[in-house]
Amino acid sequence: MPASGGFASLREAAARTRSALAGHVSAVFGRTELDGSAWDNLEEALITADVGANMTDLLLERLRGRQRRGDVRTLEDLRRALAGELLSLLDGAREPEAFLPEGLTLVLVVGFNGVGKTTTVAKLGRHWQRAGRDVLLVAGDTFRAAGSDQLSVWADRLLLPCIVGQRGGDAAALAFDAVSSSRARGYDLILMDTAGRIHTKTNLMEELRKLRRVAERQDVHIRTLLVLDATTGQNGISQARAFREAVGLDGIVVTKLDGSAKGGALFAIASEFGAAVRFVGTGEGADDLAGFDPEVFVETILSPELNNV
Amino acid sequence: MFDALSDKLQAVFDRLGRKGRVSEKDVDEALREVRLALLEADVHFRVVRALIERVRERAVGTDVLQSLLPAQQVVKIVHEELTQLLGEPGRLATASTPPTVIMLVGLQGSGKTTTAAKLAVHFKKQGQHPLLGPADPYRPSAIEQLSQLGKQVDVPVYLGPERQAEALCRAALQAARTKHLTPLILDTAGRLQTNDDLMGELVRIRDDVKPSEVLLVADSTIGQEALKVAQEFHSRVGLTGLILTKLDGDARGGAALSVREVTGVPLKFIGIGETLDAMESFHPERMASRILGMGDILTLIERAQETVDAERVQAVQRKLRSGTFDLEDFLEQLRQVQRMGPIDQVLSMIPGLGRQLGKANENEAARAELRLTEAVILSMTPHERRNPELIGGSRRRRIAKGSGTSAADVNRVLSQFRQIQQLMRRSIPANSAKRNIDLTKLFH
Repeated sequence: MPASGGFASLREAAARTRSALAGHVSAVFGRTELDGSAWDNLEEALITADVGANMTDLLLERLRGRQRRGDVRTLEDLRRALAGELLSLLDGAREPEAFLPEGLTLVLVVGFNGVGKTTTVAKLGRHWQRAGRDVLLVAGDTFRAAGSDQLSVWADRLLLPCIVGQRGGDAAALAFDAVSSSRARGYDLILMDTAGRIHTKTNLMEELRKLRRVAERQDVHIRTLLVLDATTGQNGISQARAFREAVGLDGIVVTKLDGSAKGGALFAIASEFGAAVRFVGTGEGADDLAGFDPEVFVETILSPELNNV
Repeated sequence: MFDALSDKLQAVFDRLGRKGRVSEKDVDEALREVRLALLEADVHFRVVRALIERVRERAVGTDVLQSLLPAQQVVKIVHEELTQLLGEPGRLATASTPPTVIMLVGLQGSGKTTTAAKLAVHFKKQGQHPLLGPADPYRPSAIEQLSQLGKQVDVPVYLGPERQAEALCRAALQAARTKHLTPLILDTAGRLQTNDDLMGELVRIRDDVKPSEVLLVADSTIGQEALKVAQEFHSRVGLTGLILTKLDGDARGGAALSVREVTGVPLKFIGIGETLDAMESFHPERMASRILGMGDILTLIERAQETVDAERVQAVQRKLRSGTFDLEDFLEQLRQVQRMGPIDQVLSMIPGLGRQLGKANENEAARAELRLTEAVILSMTPHERRNPELIGGSRRRRIAKGSGTSAADVNRVLSQFRQIQQLMRRSIPANSAKRNIDLTKLFH
């Protein structure tokens, strides 16, 4: 497990990426001519990064158009043009404003099963505690066996207060209690973990809607964060759509970016839903959380060989 | 959203068909659609390339070009190739001297712990006495999670003082021996295939406990990464099978093909729910249909099964066969459909219907349509619902007024009802003297 984490390690990764690109041009751009195989390699790089076949077609078409117009002549042009196109897809993913408002705020952390919600809640607790917020963790995964225990172990380690729901208990009631007790005790940020759910199950999504509705009656700012696993392929789009429809989407956290998965589904998600990526998870430690840097993210997509560094 | 592949192919050939014979180039155009479908299902790029090449050879070499129904021919070939690549469900091996050891390995969050408990239930049902061995000392409460699940399904869990994965596994094996429990199911920690230290740990565990099965547990939503993950786990630890989890969502599960192609190990089980008996063997043909995004009527029936009780389904089936399906039943069906999930998704599972409904199956529009239909039917008297032919001019005006709609809306609902009545009379009872039995027996 990576010992170092946070912004420093992401910067290191970025530096490594850039030097790798500068030192020896990557597999995709390994030749100097812009021949058919360059286009084929490009297609493979995008698709194997989970960018998706439709999105890849769209990108390649735009790049070919630019080649016809004479904007793109060399491989270096192509690389730069593609980076530009990818970055523009992430426009919606750039943080337009601070995620957290002032005053009592409830952050609902939602997502599919096994994407890393609980670990993310712990990391976020650490992050915002350091930023000077008074954080309360809420172990709202009342479904999974020991789901609540997992977060309370983290809370002990991080010296953060944590309230725990009964297994099988009502998450909406728990959120209600969390808000009331935050008022009484002076917390201003509630980070609530929720049970993982398959986004096509109407009853489970309805439960999430209810959670939000109940919380809304309490005069508290509400923010929803969707956790997406970087290894997820095209199903990520369906996940984002369903969670957004149920509880809205104020931001995305991409987890497990420390492996070799590129998380390319994010391009389609960011451009379709305009959701800002707020954080990326880069390991299992409490500090393995970083802000999202679109440039770094795009560079990683463009450099397949980095996987083996 | 998921227009059935066969519909798309049909559209390609409809467009081409007008000029007569289907040429090799036409087949290529159709194969582009197949390729897209497979990539959207997260089958790995290179696996798709190999598959398309095989399908192309067969399609061009044989009868598609002369076929009257080229789209169906291409679909059939693709479907066969996929079914063949998926292979039959693998059986679990048993050790010649008990206890048999089964190791579950995989990435973080793939569902190993839940799968361990499901396997325990599976063996218990077969009359065996399994032992669960937690081997994840890293994730907070991972061991606690397995021990709670063990209690829930009444299977013993090895809970020793060991703090290290290898030691935990050795001690669990010793416990299984002394207590005569078999198989021992080892739930190892999730790990990245790129983490050399943790991969080394798995190798040491394997060498210590000599498992009969090393099963890769993979999430069905996994993307292109599946190939590298399987390759690396296979080359380091030596896999004997795959379990694909979370197939109760809308993930197409193309990873199954990637893993099969790159490791050759069989798919042994699929996970289709969070309840602990939701582990099943799989049907290669159905899995192939799902990966291709073709209508999956059986999944639809299964999902219906979740929300509707079996007796009611049977009652509707009876009514459909006897032709007494009336507006009361229609209303009931509408409400059930609404409970089953996003409407466009439900409809897309019905082969052919995706195309018939065209753009009307956009979620919101469809929902509004359902609400209107419901309002119209609710404004009828029970007598009218059972005998829609009674509805003439004045009744129609009353119903329109009562439901806040127009006479034209009422007519539309009635004609829709008649269409559905016909459609159901044609599709369900026709191919399903068998399926009627399936409904109650097959999905208990």
